[in-house]
Amino acid sequence: MSAPSLSSAPAAAPRAPLTKKLLTADHPTWCPGCGDFAVLAAFYRVLEKLDYPQESIVTMAGIGCSSRFPYFVNTHGGHFIHGRSLPFSAGVSLGRDDLHVFVFGGDGDGFSIGGNHLDHVARKNIDLTYVIMDNSVYGLTKKQTSPTSPLGFKTKTDPTGAIDHPVNPMRKLLASGATFVARSHATQVNHMIEMMTRAARHRGFSVVEILSECVEFFPGAFDAGNPRKGGAFTLIEERKHDGSPEDAARHDVADEAAAFRLASLAWPGAFGVFYENNERPTKNALEAGLVARARERTKGATDLALLQAAFARLR
Amino acid sequence: MVSPNHPDTPGEAAAVSGAPRSLHDVVIRLAGNSQDGIQTIGGFLARLAGRSDQDVMTYMTIPSTISGGPSIFQVRMGTGDILSAGDSADFLVAFYQHSYESHLHSLRPGGVLLYDAAHVAPNPDDKRFTAVGVPITTATIEAVGGAGKDKGKNIFVLGLLARIFGLEVAKLAALIKERFGGRTEDLVRNALLAFDAGYGWPGESIRDIFCRFDAAPRATSGRPQVTMDGNTALTYGLLAAGVRHGAGYPITPWSSIMEMLRTELPKYGGLFVQAEDELAAISYALGFSYAGHLAVTGSSGPGLSLKMEALGWAVMAEMPLIVINVQRGGPSTGMPTNVEQSDLLQAIYGSHGDAPRVVLAPKNVEDCFHVALEAARIARACSTPVIILTDQALATRIEAFDEPDLPALMVAPGPDLAARGADFKPYPLSGLTRHAPPGARIGTGIYPTVSGLEHDEVGHPTGNPALHQKMTARRREKLKQLGDTLPVPAVFGDEAGDVLLVGWGSTYGPAREALGRLRADGMRAGQLHLTHLHPLPPQLDAIFARFRLVLVVEMNDEGLYGYGQLASLLRARYAQPHIRSITKTDGLTFRVGEIVDGVTRHAAYGALRDVHP
Repeated sequence: MSAPSLSSAPAAAPRAPLTKKLLTADHPTWCPGCGDFAVLAAFYRVLEKLDYPQESIVTMAGIGCSSRFPYFVNTHGGHFIHGRSLPFSAGVSLGRDDLHVFVFGGDGDGFSIGGNHLDHVARKNIDLTYVIMDNSVYGLTKKQTSPTSPLGFKTKTDPTGAIDHPVNPMRKLLASGATFVARSHATQVNHMIEMMTRAARHRGFSVVEILSECVEFFPGAFDAGNPRKGGAFTLIEERKHDGSPEDAARHDVADEAAAFRLASLAWPGAFGVFYENNERPTKNALEAGLVARARERTKGATDLALLQAAFARLR
Repeated sequence: MVSPNHPDTPGEAAAVSGAPRSLHDVVIRLAGNSQDGIQTIGGFLARLAGRSDQDVMTYMTIPSTISGGPSIFQVRMGTGDILSAGDSADFLVAFYQHSYESHLHSLRPGGVLLYDAAHVAPNPDDKRFTAVGVPITTATIEAVGGAGKDKGKNIFVLGLLARIFGLEVAKLAALIKERFGGRTEDLVRNALLAFDAGYGWPGESIRDIFCRFDAAPRATSGRPQVTMDGNTALTYGLLAAGVRHGAGYPITPWSSIMEMLRTELPKYGGLFVQAEDELAAISYALGFSYAGHLAVTGSSGPGLSLKMEALGWAVMAEMPLIVINVQRGGPSTGMPTNVEQSDLLQAIYGSHGDAPRVVLAPKNVEDCFHVALEAARIARACSTPVIILTDQALATRIEAFDEPDLPALMVAPGPDLAARGADFKPYPLSGLTRHAPPGARIGTGIYPTVSGLEHDEVGHPTGNPALHQKMTARRREKLKQLGDTLPVPAVFGDEAGDVLLVGWGSTYGPAREALGRLRADGMRAGQLHLTHLHPLPPQLDAIFARFRLVLVVEMNDEGLYGYGQLASLLRARYAQPHIRSITKTDGLTFRVGEIVDGVTRHAAYGALRDVHP
């Protein structure tokens, strides 16, 4: 994300580095053992590492257990309506290039009620970072089937087991046109920190899906990706472009087709960066280009002069 | 104007008139198909009137089909205040047989029917009108030549009208050059050829209908007149108000506002997002507002419904926002290219929970500009969403008005990023909401959250029942206080008496004209027009009490209980049983006669009640 550009912003005074203490707000309301605690802890570490000015960070969320996130982070931010935190945050990002916008939400928020918004904010490549905390169940409303619930999963809305084919999050994110797509697991704190940090540094729409277990309504959902529970946390080996013979077997993050192949691996799949596109311009930059070209044509006329000229044409 | 004449008998009846007749005010209805460019000539006539310091108002219908279909453009121009587009036409220009058949009823007896002799065969026995046939299509083809077929026949008609009414040819030619000048030279040349052919049309029969258009220039502010439609005026009002960000989704008749904003805003350093849907559009706009830029979104009827969830959030989080609703016939897709005022209750009460917000309505095209400024002022001062209810008729009709005093009205945009002090609370229990946009340092070290959950003074969630009651009251009281500061609206006409006409939005002009007729007929009548619909301005009850009948004129249905939407509200608010309704839902603007008839009907009923209490 870009450096502060608003001239009206107060001059930066020397400031203490961001610490977890400064960043801590309300005590989390999640159930003991919830995977979301680890995501929050990792996010504090990410912000410490990035050390953005505290007032320039915006933490937004939609609705759901994970979407309580902004209350626990002491930055500007808020809690918008179900599914629509992405277009809201896109407005924040497009309106203010000096801010660092993070959006948190769950699988219901991102893949169900907000599915259309996710597609379009991703396709517009709006400069923000979206973290989807996927627990494959509606937790806040106490166990209904979610868009990522596996077939056969018993919930209050599918007492005999889910019958609708679930969304494949990675394939959806790639197809939507996101320019940075990564996947992590809430039991892997260092990996989450790395993925979120890279996502934040990416210019454009970056998204990290984190498998975050709901211990109350879907315990063991992601054990297959957790080595401590006998699963496999298979990391994506990224191509280093070092010319070595073994490098050819590694994953090229710029290769969209390869990313789709990774996304289609059998459960629990792979973890790491699936796709990164640094070529496609952000909407932020494209809109700034429109402004620059318009200003060039109008030779920097004042707002008043522009409006007067517009009225003169209507005489 | 002229006495009836037999069609197609050039010269024979020419002796009827000697000198051209003089008139002060003329209504011309152009009826054809939507691809004939009749809007273009209507627009030329309107702008000519504007440049001649005459008053002007237009009215148009457009088919909701993708291409083609019958379409009309009616222009009224003249001296003095032109308040409506006219109940009936003095002049009907019919391009086709269907135009003739569908619109003859709109021509007043004694009026002039000008028709394309190539396409229209009028009833020779109909002696109510002066019928004049001109082979518009063939004459245009002969004049312009080339492969354009009858393209330009609209300009040919403009030439005819210029001759008939003695309009200023130099000004019209300038308008034609401005309109077509940006494109190929051929286009301008062909347009001028067509115009000259129409102007110089030799037919004897048209000489009988020459008029001297005797409209004296009106007194002006010293600023030139501008001519535009309501959507354009609203757009420029937003720009003057310092609105630089917005988002929307295409829907008729709102779309032209978003198209203009998309084009204009980059020049002003802003941007407009075409969102994936209505829900996203208001969400983007709220994101802009949260980021410190008062933003606009808008739509028409069904689109406003889709925005209602986010509007509830805007009320709860107390976010400034402007929402434009260009009303059309509803419910659902309804009558998308017709007018209705049936979204008032949706605007005031739509959404969930107790969600007070501000609702304003412009009364004419000029007012669209000023209401945009007022909406921005209130949104900023009270940190609240403000809905502007305009309508299809206002959106598309063209009026001339004095250019606003732009240097005095311009508002500077931009977020206030000053550091907030150690006492900063966005939602103080005593005092107005003041948001700190991101980027502003917070002296307390406690950063605020904006939330749809009920919250405490810094925006953090609370389930405290007493606090919910207090916060609900805060959100209500700030708008009640706003209502107290609003100016008491003026009463036009009689200050007390038999009947008070109450209106909102685009019924202003027809109601004002109706007032003139009622008073001329000896009735003691007044007119009250409301711009602020929620909260209402003070002292309306005292004004209502001075009249025997208060008749609310609005374009919506009388509902299950017999009252239109504003009438229902006013009855609930003031509990005055003499508040009654004149409503209609035919998708067309009020004709003056309809209002006068409505008043007569109510007055007769009232008289009966007086006799038999």
